[in-house]
Amino acid sequence: MDHAVTQAHGGHAAAAHADGQQHPIRIYLWIWLLLFVLSTFSYLVDYFQIQGVMRWTLIILFMLLKAGFIVAIFMHVAWERLALKLVILVPPLALLVLIALMAIEGDYTFLTRLASFVR
Amino acid sequence: MAETAIKVEESASSLEGGLRSVAADWSQDKQAFPVPWGKAMMWIFLLSDTFIFTCFLTSYMNVRISTTDTWPNPSEVFALNVGGHDIPLLLIAIMTMILITSSGTMAMAVNFGYRRDRGRTAALMFATAALGLSFVGMQAFEWSKLILDEGVRPWGNPMGAPQFGSSFFMITGFHGMHVTGGVIYLSIVAKRVLSGFYDRKGTYETVEVAGLYWHFVDLVWVFIFAFFYLW
Repeated sequence: MDHAVTQAHGGHAAAAHADGQQHPIRIYLWIWLLLFVLSTFSYLVDYFQIQGVMRWTLIILFMLLKAGFIVAIFMHVAWERLALKLVILVPPLALLVLIALMAIEGDYTFLTRLASFVR
Repeated sequence: MAETAIKVEESASSLEGGLRSVAADWSQDKQAFPVPWGKAMMWIFLLSDTFIFTCFLTSYMNVRISTTDTWPNPSEVFALNVGGHDIPLLLIAIMTMILITSSGTMAMAVNFGYRRDRGRTAALMFATAALGLSFVGMQAFEWSKLILDEGVRPWGNPMGAPQFGSSFFMITGFHGMHVTGGVIYLSIVAKRVLSGFYDRKGTYETVEVAGLYWHFVDLVWVFIFAFFYLW
């Protein structure tokens, strides 16, 4: 019924598709709860002072899960067409190259400083 | 002959999904993205914003790797003293929860918008803006505490590496500006929702576009929280 209403308002087929970003409230509430739980987990990592590899793994894991749920459900990317998904998700991959290069560069600067400027 | 007909039908139906749908969207002499132009443009803007924030976070990573001074421990720097005990990162945790809550109310506002529930959409959007405002307020508190009590400056601080201050003010300042802009943006759209502007226009897609921006602000905070405060 709802769908019929949105289609009537949407005019042509494309607009009707876009207007169709209508999902049960339940999904949003679950994701909301999940984000709360994940945030609490990542806070607890710091609270209990978990250190070393375990710390980085947990922080990155909770971060990626949260980011994934926000993008996929709250921002509706899960329901978009692949053409739009690719435009949104592929270009940021270039940033991984930047991050890798800057990590190497930072390491080099650090070693140079140790060798020449710190006594 | 019948076989060819079936094959054509098959390829037509498989056009619906996967990479074929991308090829179809790009090659049919029509707009490539079957979404409202405002939404497509918001995504392009958010993509560019992703690059800006990643550049900030990457430069932060670079200076943190390359400094020979000790990096101040965020867990201690951002601790809040409650009843004589230092609770690590308490204010940041509250700010994170507030931003997530605001993202939840925004998602519901978009949902009610598409149901053409004017009152609830506007109420949830104003709630989102109010939560955003409280976030900015807490950030102002955090900044003044850091500047006045801890003596953190963009060029130095008593706890260690001077790059800590410059990275902190740059990254959280830029994010706070986004939140402030979002509060204004959401308030304007919410006022229009309330006045029935989008009922007359016949579509509530502007609410979803504003929602995309707000969720993005929350998304950026997820990364700042992980990399700056927890790392």
